[in-house]
Amino acid sequence: MTESAWVRIGVRVMAVITLGFLYLPLVILAVHAFNPSRYLAWPPTGFTLHWFADAASNPGLHKAIINSLIAGVGATVLALILGTLAAMAIQRFRFFGRDTISFLLVLPIALPGVVTGIALQTTFRTAGISLGLATIIVGHATFCVVIVYNNVIARLRRLPRSSEEASADLGADTFLTFRLITLPAMRTALLAGALLAFALSFDEVIVTTFTAGPGTQTIPMWILGSLQRPQELPVVNVVAFLLILVSVIPVYFAQRIGGEAIGITR
Amino acid sequence: MTAPNPVTIDPPVERSLGRRVASWLYSRPRTQLRLLLAWPLGWMTAAYFGSLLILLLGAFWTKDSLTGKVIPFSWSLDAFGNLFGAEVYRTVAFRTIGIAVLVTLTAALLAFPIAYYMARIASPRTRRLLVVAVVMPLWAAYLVKIFAWRTILQGNGVLEWVLSPFGFESSGLVELVNSWLVLTYLWLPYMILPVFAGLERIPNSLLEASADLGGRAGVTFRRVVLPLVFPALVAGSIFTFSLSLGDYIVPDLVSDTKFIGNIIYDNSTLGNVPLAAAYALLPIVVVIGYLLVARRLGAFESL
Amino acid sequence: MKTFRITALLAGIGLLAAACGTSVPSGALTELGDGEGELNLVIWVGYAERGEVDPGYDWVTPFEDETGCMVSTTNMNSSAEGVQLLRSGEYDGGSFSGNASVPLMLAGDVAPVNTDLLSNYANVFAGLKDKTHNSLDGVAYGVPHGRGPNVLMWNTEEVTPAPTSWDIIWEDAGDYAGKISIFGVSDFIADAALHLMVKNPDLGITNPYQLNQEQFDAAIALLEEQKSHGVIYWSDAFDQITTFASGDAVVGTSWQFQANTLAGGDPPEPIEATVPAEGSTGWSDTWMIAKNAAHPNCMYLWMNHMMSAEANGQATVWFGEAPTSQAACDYAEGLSPGHCEQTHATDEAYYDKIWYWATPRADCGDEDAATTCKDQDAWLAAWAALTGS
Repeated sequence: MTESAWVRIGVRVMAVITLGFLYLPLVILAVHAFNPSRYLAWPPTGFTLHWFADAASNPGLHKAIINSLIAGVGATVLALILGTLAAMAIQRFRFFGRDTISFLLVLPIALPGVVTGIALQTTFRTAGISLGLATIIVGHATFCVVIVYNNVIARLRRLPRSSEEASADLGADTFLTFRLITLPAMRTALLAGALLAFALSFDEVIVTTFTAGPGTQTIPMWILGSLQRPQELPVVNVVAFLLILVSVIPVYFAQRIGGEAIGITR
Repeated sequence: MTAPNPVTIDPPVERSLGRRVASWLYSRPRTQLRLLLAWPLGWMTAAYFGSLLILLLGAFWTKDSLTGKVIPFSWSLDAFGNLFGAEVYRTVAFRTIGIAVLVTLTAALLAFPIAYYMARIASPRTRRLLVVAVVMPLWAAYLVKIFAWRTILQGNGVLEWVLSPFGFESSGLVELVNSWLVLTYLWLPYMILPVFAGLERIPNSLLEASADLGGRAGVTFRRVVLPLVFPALVAGSIFTFSLSLGDYIVPDLVSDTKFIGNIIYDNSTLGNVPLAAAYALLPIVVVIGYLLVARRLGAFESL
Repeated sequence: MKTFRITALLAGIGLLAAACGTSVPSGALTELGDGEGELNLVIWVGYAERGEVDPGYDWVTPFEDETGCMVSTTNMNSSAEGVQLLRSGEYDGGSFSGNASVPLMLAGDVAPVNTDLLSNYANVFAGLKDKTHNSLDGVAYGVPHGRGPNVLMWNTEEVTPAPTSWDIIWEDAGDYAGKISIFGVSDFIADAALHLMVKNPDLGITNPYQLNQEQFDAAIALLEEQKSHGVIYWSDAFDQITTFASGDAVVGTSWQFQANTLAGGDPPEPIEATVPAEGSTGWSDTWMIAKNAAHPNCMYLWMNHMMSAEANGQATVWFGEAPTSQAACDYAEGLSPGHCEQTHATDEAYYDKIWYWATPRADCGDEDAATTCKDQDAWLAAWAALTGS
């Protein structure tokens, strides 16, 4: 290595500081989950578990969890299908407008969520479609497509065409080849894409507020709605804390599935 | 001498429907393409671009003065007139773009050291751990993280507790600087990961060659490392810039100031869709422009 | 011959009866059927409680048990927002103040009401019926829910002596700089205009909602001066409750609901509210049914329910507004003695000094064609410019 000792030390220190910055709020959140103070004053005024009990018995929260799960699964399935189709089209064929399409797929994520949300809401209302879980799924699927697309196309670029050609030489038709050769090779990319898409859908709040109907709430909407209720602030904190704990699981799986799911390329 | 093996003829493969379709498709690559593309493209057009178009058309319509209802096809530039007429929309636009740029720069400055450490100094085991450590906060929900910062920045929160021995009082959830802080926090991992990947890709041989040619650390950094990692920086900036530009939840929850997203949201809630749509054109144009520039700079390959 | 004459006579009597009897307004429900099982409402905060905050205040669960109509609600933070929500088509109806009910009626978003189907309508105070904000051309478009003033609220420990005038948030705002909580909606321009009516009669303001350019500019200037002292704008009632509870605000404009919630909280906050002698802006709320409501029977059942003594009594005590009938007054007496007198439920003279929220109109809403006023769009734009910078 060519770096000087100063650089090595400096970079190491900065890394620690940055990591600390990244984790500080999460640690504070964890501490507040046991803080009896109604307004989450610091330092914590004691230790209590009763906010957990409150969270467990909150009916609005139960419904929100179910809605979030249904929306997440629905959006992920749609995104998997559409994203894979798009990736295969872009990767396998050369045609006019190829670059444009891959550019267009990024837009739903890049453009402000409020714009996407208002646009979708206006369309649904004009078409007379009643807002609810279905419209939430449509909205989520739209920006989850690009996530699956990115993962699949990165994998397809690395797949040698030779295996598929060999399969064809051996007499398999297109669908058989896809099922027996291509799909298994893409499996981890699909899984990684599905995980990321589900996480994004589970997490999304801006587009969701516009596409949910009056009676439907997802977890982020519940959090947003409850944020101002003085009596529910600590309960929101507990939910937030539990969400962090739950999110450790997908990270573990993502790590197991493969490095490229989260950025390791070597 | 043994008898030659009798010639066996394999039974013909069953011409199932799937096989027939596959054969038909095999000779028609264009049709294959069209079938593949039809679904995602159709979806995007109908659900997304169609909706955007309807929204943006509304920017050119007017509202009834008394009832407040939008009159479709009442073509006029009233909404744009309002935008250019009042000072506040320019202020908010500059404020938002300014913060987005600031967040990008801060994130880049913070991301580079840790990404460099991860890519070039850490052992493979440490590197793997660090990648997981950086990715983990991404999985914590967006609102959860904003909420955590709220508890820190609010009156009687952690910040006040830290500052009080020095005699400072936290101003609570008011300042613009809160938004800058929280936005940087939210998008930092999105900057670290591409920069890390970009730094990883630089082969050691290049750096050694630069040293052999007499370049000291500073020169090598400026003339070899930086240009090579630049596309990755731009890739990261796509996230930090566009996500900060369009956000309205962060300024709403941790500060008292309004961003572009707030204006759009407020106007849409109050029924002034023409103004909201007209104002929405601003971030749309800016983001698309940014994406096009980023693509030219090679950022898309570094995502 | 004889049969023919009798038939003609009977027919004639029938026609006469039909002509003299109450005719159902076109577009209104003609017959009340069974509940559809669901009801979606747009409401002001606290208008549909189901005992979650205080088990003694629950007028939704008895309704659901009796009619089978399961209620789900969305809170509006301002009349303009409420109008938009109703126009989305997702709701069966809601509680609307004058500056929401009038645009909705004019635009045809709400249906007239067939009062024959509402047994409790007869009990409502006559002074609340057939007003410009709840009827059009003599046809009723909703049922009254309650009315009340916007109040001045303060923390009794931090603000002494107890304020008796609106000056404390205008001329004297510097005394509590940075801790003033102001209703953050364009309707508040009327409060500035109201203050000018008292302090600056030369401007000639006769109606704080209908302002000509000069009067409007003066009101905006007053608001900017107020803002320079450091104002916290609120639009969500609970948001304001939090700012007062945490001490971030010590004085401001509010509704009796926030004062009640703070004073009755756990622990109770030292909060009081009053209407200064200069008068105040206020609101008179009406339950209205959407034009193509998905669950019209449930909505009618709800409207009738909200005029019943128990529901209206509880709701108006909970929010701190005036009940709409003597029966509700009597019921409220049991919950909060003296409630009717305190809220001036039957005191029409009192409400003459309360300027209900109204829609600013370009034609000033008067018969004089020569006068022009700033309309709702101008108010919204000016407010956005004031608070966005």
